[in-house]
Amino acid sequence: MTALLEVRNLVTEFPGEAGNGLRAVDDVSFRLGRGEVLGLVGESGSGKSVTGFSIMGLVDWPGRVAGGQILFDGEDIARADEETRRSLRGRRIAMVFQDPMMTLNPVLRIGTQMTEALHAHERMSATAARERARDALGLVGIPSPEERLDAYPHQFSGGMRQRVAIAIALLHRPDLIIADEPTTALDVTIQAQIISEFQKLTEDQGTAVIWITHDLAIVSGLADRIAVMYGGRIVETGNIEDVLVAPKHPYTHGLIRSVPSQNSRGHRLAQIPGVTPSLARMPEGCAFRTRCERATDACTARPGRFGDVLAYHRCFHPHEEALV
Amino acid sequence: MTMAETVAGASTPLLELRKVSCRFGARPDLAARIAIALGAAKPFPIIHALDKVDLTIRKGEVLGLVGESGCGKSTLGRIAAGILPPSEGQVFWKGEDRATLRGSRQRDADLEAQMIFQNPMAALNPRMTVEKLVAEAPGIHGLIKGSTGSYVDDYLTKAGFDPAMKKRLPHQFSGGQRARVNIARALAVQPDFLVCDESVAALDVSIQAQILNLFMDLREQLDLTYLFVSHDLGVVEHISDRVAIMYLGRVIEEAPVAEIFSRPNHPYTQQLLAEVPRIRPGKRRFAAMKGELPSPLNPPKGCHFHPRCPHAHDRCRIEVPQKREIAPGHISACHLNDKQAV
Ligand SMILES: Nc1ncnc2c1ncn2[C@@H]1O[C@H](COP(=O)(O)OP(=O)(O)OP(=O)(O)O)[C@@H](O)[C@H]1O
Ligand SMILES: Nc1ncnc2c1ncn2[C@@H]1O[C@H](COP(=O)(O)OP(=O)(O)O)[C@@H](O)[C@H]1O
Ligand code: SF4
Ligand code: SF4
Ligand SMILES: [Mg+2]
Ligand SMILES: [Mg+2]
Repeated sequence: MTALLEVRNLVTEFPGEAGNGLRAVDDVSFRLGRGEVLGLVGESGSGKSVTGFSIMGLVDWPGRVAGGQILFDGEDIARADEETRRSLRGRRIAMVFQDPMMTLNPVLRIGTQMTEALHAHERMSATAARERARDALGLVGIPSPEERLDAYPHQFSGGMRQRVAIAIALLHRPDLIIADEPTTALDVTIQAQIISEFQKLTEDQGTAVIWITHDLAIVSGLADRIAVMYGGRIVETGNIEDVLVAPKHPYTHGLIRSVPSQNSRGHRLAQIPGVTPSLARMPEGCAFRTRCERATDACTARPGRFGDVLAYHRCFHPHEEALV
Repeated sequence: MTMAETVAGASTPLLELRKVSCRFGARPDLAARIAIALGAAKPFPIIHALDKVDLTIRKGEVLGLVGESGCGKSTLGRIAAGILPPSEGQVFWKGEDRATLRGSRQRDADLEAQMIFQNPMAALNPRMTVEKLVAEAPGIHGLIKGSTGSYVDDYLTKAGFDPAMKKRLPHQFSGGQRARVNIARALAVQPDFLVCDESVAALDVSIQAQILNLFMDLREQLDLTYLFVSHDLGVVEHISDRVAIMYLGRVIEEAPVAEIFSRPNHPYTQQLLAEVPRIRPGKRRFAAMKGELPSPLNPPKGCHFHPRCPHAHDRCRIEVPQKREIAPGHISACHLNDKQAV
């Protein structure tokens, strides 16, 4: 059976000052089956969102997908025309953004926005569309959805706006949802509400999800698989339990150990030294080289993928043992 | 003295808030003001950001302050730092009522408590170099005895910022570096007490770990006391000695950190702490707390939490629960504690 999504050697570039292409996404490969949840984690600037935008066909000009393939249901959409893209967007692939106002129009009533989204891909009567919209709001836990259809976005709290954006993403029961840090700006209580709605809906509808976040704790409870990005590359990917219990790449290792947990109370946290270099200053060879304790001369060469597309890392000196 | 002794052996609290309330009038726009003046609209409602908060911070401790967005954490932090006067109630700084301080005592109190703000970019004047930003306040207050350059270098180094970069402007730095500049700036006036308002929220995990370690080191080196405001329970659990939980303008529970995470008493705390983010392999069900934080414009009567509380009963809808010490140092405000007592 073909995977729902297979990304092969994806490269997305933005023009740099020196006229060269800066690779925001650099040789990224992963595979996602139907109903699977992939946690895409990494620091800000590591290329998570651009990976999402590339799949959606929403990379801002002058950025462009410069190489690789994006096989969606077996068909390469990496260079598909805008027509094909538009028919996929919203209907089969949907995206939820960190800021719900990227989805919502501030001057239109919620109901109008939702029925417009429905009419973009389906022929249906106004009454039927309104009913579908109302049900979708109910599904994401908005109280009194019928009345709420007539409200404007500013009349909702941040958490409710995000739930409306999710309701819109789910309207057409897409096969794939790319959720780009949808709960980062929200309180833990609201975050838990939204994730729980998401879990229910995706389980009921068999939707595959790419959950982009920098929060390992969320991913640990939500995802089947994880991909860790650094400097535009996936430096480690695999089954969520395998990676969290025995991370191989030094960056994954450091990242997990720098999260405060009940065991670390009163002690110093493990810390990764230094800061992420900007794209223009990414070191040759292994991009993590300047911050890595295990780096050797060998690391000035670029590490390839060690493993298969479902579980690999990019490191010459990987950790062998499980984390304690 | 070890950290534990400092905490347990402190006599006068460093800071004490007694029945502190803070109200904001929502700002009406021109049209609304005219309508109000003509009697065509009701006057604008009052936001009760804080409602009779009692809180004590002892010298040397780290008090974590947790609660949902809009519950009043920053307002409480600003009052604790002496930046905002309370609408009602008293603030005692080292045993003295802040409102009665004058002259040099007032100036000292202002310098001794510093706040590190929620948004590091907004807090830094974009046209001042890092050096000027750090030297500004201690210069004005005559704290710099030797050369300004070495004074600034000293505090930048303490904050883990390379003084070689001090001639640059804030926008030329990453979020983590700006956070360090902000910290250096607060330290430069030699405070005893820092209010950190979501100071690590905007940072990446690896940078957040660096800054949290810095806060812990500074505490040891400079004998600092902290009020640490955060909505990140994992961070609060890591850094605090004691934790206070806020709900809609009130502190509803406070206890030593291990106690509150192992034996939360208040139904709100119990639900909130169930969501502490932990890296735990294995899928789990995310549970949703019922409802959302109600508007502070129109808080529910009685116990503010009753519309979302699974244990709410008639009394909760009428009577405000009083705080009770349910274990040594563990205070909670819930009517259920009365029932168990009788
Ligand atoms: N200057 C002001 N004028 C009017 N209302 C205000 C003002 N400052 C705060 N408020 C209101 O007071 C309440 C408490 O605000 P506060 O900033 O203390 O919340 P917070 O707990 O820090 O929230 P967050 O987690 O979002 O930072 C909110 O309802 C807020 O809108
Ligand atoms: N429109 C753009 N123009 C130029 N560079 C961009 C643009 N969008 C993103 N980038 C760069 O691409 C890299 C990856 O960004 P992004 O995918 O947004 O990171 P994140 O992992 O935080 O989502 C960053 O270095 C960012 O500065
Ligand atoms: S390849 Fe070398 S520098 Fe890169 S992560 Fe592995 S050990 Fe570190
Ligand atoms: S006082 Fe009543 S409503 Fe409030 S927390 Fe306790 S049981 Fe719940
Ligand atoms: Mg992003
Ligand atoms: Mg705040």
